[in-house]
Amino acid sequence: MGRITLDKVGKSFGEVEVIPPLDLTIEDGEFVVFVGPSGCGKSTLLRLIAGLEDVTGGEIRIDGKDATSVPPAKRGLAMVFQSYALYPHMSVRKNIAFPLRMAKMSAAEQDRRVKAAAEVLNLTDYLDRRPGQLSGGQRQRVAIGRAIVREPAAFLFDEPLSNLDAALRVGMRLEISELHNRLKTTMIYVTHDQVEAMTMADKIVVLRAGHIEQVGSPLELYRAPRNLFVAGFIGSPKMNLIGAEIAARHDATTIGIRPEHLAVSGESGALHGRVGVSEHLGSDTFFHVTCDGVADPVTVRVGGEVDLHYGDTVWLTPDPDHLHRFDHEGLRIA
Amino acid sequence: MARAVSTRRKIATTAVAWAIGLLIFFPIYWTILTSFKTEAQAINNPPLFFNFDWTLENYTIVQERSDYMRFLWNSVIIAGGSTFLGILVAVPAAWSMAFVPSRRTKDILLWMLSTKMLPAVGVLYPISLIFVQFNLLDTRIGLTLVIMLINLPIIVWMLYTYFREIPVDILEAARMDGAGLREEILYVLTPMAIPGIASTVLLNVILAWNEAFWTLNLTAATAAPLTAFIASYSSPEGLFYAKLSAASTMAIAPILILGWFSQKQLVRGLTFGAVK
Repeated sequence: MGRITLDKVGKSFGEVEVIPPLDLTIEDGEFVVFVGPSGCGKSTLLRLIAGLEDVTGGEIRIDGKDATSVPPAKRGLAMVFQSYALYPHMSVRKNIAFPLRMAKMSAAEQDRRVKAAAEVLNLTDYLDRRPGQLSGGQRQRVAIGRAIVREPAAFLFDEPLSNLDAALRVGMRLEISELHNRLKTTMIYVTHDQVEAMTMADKIVVLRAGHIEQVGSPLELYRAPRNLFVAGFIGSPKMNLIGAEIAARHDATTIGIRPEHLAVSGESGALHGRVGVSEHLGSDTFFHVTCDGVADPVTVRVGGEVDLHYGDTVWLTPDPDHLHRFDHEGLRIA
Repeated sequence: MARAVSTRRKIATTAVAWAIGLLIFFPIYWTILTSFKTEAQAINNPPLFFNFDWTLENYTIVQERSDYMRFLWNSVIIAGGSTFLGILVAVPAAWSMAFVPSRRTKDILLWMLSTKMLPAVGVLYPISLIFVQFNLLDTRIGLTLVIMLINLPIIVWMLYTYFREIPVDILEAARMDGAGLREEILYVLTPMAIPGIASTVLLNVILAWNEAFWTLNLTAATAAPLTAFIASYSSPEGLFYAKLSAASTMAIAPILILGWFSQKQLVRGLTFGAVK
């Protein structure tokens, strides 16, 4: 079981309020991702849940029990750190067994669990090595192994993939998702990478300056961002945000259109512009079009290969069903 | 990018380093040499370098006159004991300063170090009184305690600088893995800090071994370590240079050998962790 409830939890460092009081419920078995730009308080929030930082106010409940002043060792949570934080003086076997040793588990049981974890994570051949002799991806697996052996109430991941190279990151992302599907244990995952958030989460919590901007499933956030911040943060490439007269035509201060929701035509359309730089990814092509009356270049996604060249004149038309409208405060107009 | 160093410059640096090294080593070398001379040869003018009759006579006399082993044993107990006690006290102190610093941690560290700037003789009287009061004069336990306290600031400082190099993530990982404070220090911090602790131990054994002010002032016979052994041969009158040298050589030999084999750790210790 691993249902975590935050009730008006806040954190200040001296005079500086890093996290104003917030409420959040994480259901048992959910994969929740905290996402936001650096300095938004996502890591601090995770550390509050872990117990590595003391809350300034509010209450943290784990499975209904007040855990606010319970030390991290007794919360029954496991954490995977960005730096892996393996014990450099212990072999992989001892690293993974450490939480079991702390729980005073019998040697036989320790051995059984370490072997099982090593098998799942493809670490069987490396059990007698030291962390220093492993690659980044293997170290990350050891860190995960150390987290899973104890069968915790929930896993906490603090940007676990940011030290890995791009190719490895995609692989580990899948492995962690696979692990979640297999274990069905609550996972809280902190990242600044919205792609990780979109691909892995059951529920995304978007944070900015310690505030929760929006909570929802990846598709909810994609389809109906609550405000301009979420609209600009979720989705890759970014949503096009257009203000001024063009927005006024739609009775809004700002309108947002995702690159995939713009139709391109050589003859007519809502926006007239000139093709700038294009990015060909094979399956998709992104064009950056400078439109009349729009400050920033508009990004357009076109499937496959399209015969458009630098300097060509085009017309763009937003799909009315996927047009996002925001008022003067940046909030979504329903 | 590697800096190109000219051969001439390398030779010059090597020569200067050797010159300084020899200059520093010379007193020790001269002491050892003198210990193998007769008393008359020891004060010969001009000084004799090799052309003298090598003799072991001084060592025999010194050993006959005073029991080297008893002094040695006292030195071992006092240096070892004070270092061990010091480490025991300093590890938790340095842990708290390195990992849960408060606003005043820096001040406390400086204040601790400032006690080392005090002339020892300034507190001789109060310490002597305490020793008399508690019957600690000329006891090994009394001397061990005093020397431990004298060196404690250095031990805490050294451990503090070593601990600061340990990523706090790893200690937090231990906490998440269910380790309490005791387990965290015992199973994670201490093993990771072993190189640092080793150089701290070495340096403090040497400091305690060489400590002369307190050992000479607070002991008479039973607890007297090797420093007192040497001092007993230093006489304002009479020809005792060769015997004094023999006693000195015997007293410094163990620490010289220890230092020789642990040069690397010592350099790290002396630079307070600045060299990685």
